[in-house]
Amino acid sequence: MNPTLSFSNVLTWLNDPENWRGADGVLAHLREHIFYTLIAVVIAVLIALPLGLLIGHTGRGVVLGAGSANALRAVPTFGLLILLVVWISPKIHAKQEVSGLIQQGGLAYLIPTEIVLIVLAIPPILTNTYAGVQNVDPAVRDAARGMGMTGGQVVRKVELPIALPLIISGIRSATLQVIATATVAAYLPFLGGLGRFLVDGLTTLNDPHDGYPKMVSGAILVAALAVVADLLLIGLQRLIVSPGVSGRYSRRKTAPDATAEKTSVQDITVDLAGA
Amino acid sequence: MSPWTYFRDHQSDVLHWLWTNAWLAGVPLVIGLVIALPLGYLASRYRWVYPPTVTLAGLLYTIPSLALFIVLPGLLGTQILDAINVAVALTVYTVALLVRVVADALNAVPSDANSAATAMGFTRRQRLFGVELPLAVPVVAAGLRVAAVSNVSLVSVASVIGVPQLGSLFTEGFQTTNYAPIVLGLILVVALALVFDGVILFGARLLTPWQRAVRAR
Repeated sequence: MNPTLSFSNVLTWLNDPENWRGADGVLAHLREHIFYTLIAVVIAVLIALPLGLLIGHTGRGVVLGAGSANALRAVPTFGLLILLVVWISPKIHAKQEVSGLIQQGGLAYLIPTEIVLIVLAIPPILTNTYAGVQNVDPAVRDAARGMGMTGGQVVRKVELPIALPLIISGIRSATLQVIATATVAAYLPFLGGLGRFLVDGLTTLNDPHDGYPKMVSGAILVAALAVVADLLLIGLQRLIVSPGVSGRYSRRKTAPDATAEKTSVQDITVDLAGA
Repeated sequence: MSPWTYFRDHQSDVLHWLWTNAWLAGVPLVIGLVIALPLGYLASRYRWVYPPTVTLAGLLYTIPSLALFIVLPGLLGTQILDAINVAVALTVYTVALLVRVVADALNAVPSDANSAATAMGFTRRQRLFGVELPLAVPVVAAGLRVAAVSNVSLVSVASVIGVPQLGSLFTEGFQTTNYAPIVLGLILVVALALVFDGVILFGARLLTPWQRAVRAR
């Protein structure tokens, strides 16, 4: 069926400006992919971050949180997606169209897709947030209490900043998973994203200049997007994590004893979650 | 139609898909462990090996599964619908996940235990197989459980490009707008993941009898 699966035509495909322009071009699908990813990650953070801070601060619900996070891992995302599509899509009659992002009729498929992506993104952020808060040195928390901080102030001014490196590493693994899984959405009609190239390439597999090169190009673009997103989040981490927590500040001040302990907080990244 | 009725009507297909799914997820687990053990050992034994190995493993893990399923045939010279691609891709993920776990588990072996073994006259190799590896079993098993569960559910992604396994139940349900195969598929995938999980837990228990001895005391 597919005599030549060679990479030689991939560069030609990627170099052809025709493949980058238009509604079915790389730029359009890249934009859609980023759009799908952003919606899912932002909503997941809005849900998981406060919940994780609450669980970590009160110490309640840890077992439940960890248990459900592990159980969710066993549920196949593709199966969940199809179940939600068959269940929800016929009930959504909105035909709204957002130029360049959502096709007419796409909303019915985008909503279940986003639900799956959000469900996928919540566990890593949630577990890392409460683990980060629980890792806070009790002496530090007591000191904050002793200074007269209220519970809310302790969370905002002490626990959140100290847990931030772990929280961001949770957001990183969530983002990677969402970017990877958003490609699967191309199996559904009316949805775009970089997965389009992977799925559409299958139909023209006999054309050595279009089918397989298109699929491999799509695969490369998704992997590149994942790496770029990860680098951006690492950059964000450098920007917003307090130098006192990351240890970058005191390293310059030559205080090796103090940094040795503090940097280790950053090193405990719980990124076992799958792609 | 209930999932059970669907199962009875399509028994031979479903059992065949279940079997394919099991070996597509299971074989990479075994091969991945066999590859990750020496790599993880090297990364824990020689400190300079650790950072590049862990970084490379992390990078491999960022490659989306669907992308890897598609690029591999070009690299391996296989057919695009060949199930081998899925098995190789999952092996890559298993190794990427386990190398770090093995290295960290070996590093976490208490130095007292190592010193005691050395004092008792263990050679380096005896210490590795008699002390360090057994003590690393619980941590490695925990990593293996994560890999097993994610492997089982990643296999179904391969149905997007048409490799037949339990994920075919999802595409079937989508095309015929039928809940029965979808629910059956979800149940079977989760059940398969639980079976893998149980086997690994049981194996880890067999390999670490001293943990039960402590608990029984």
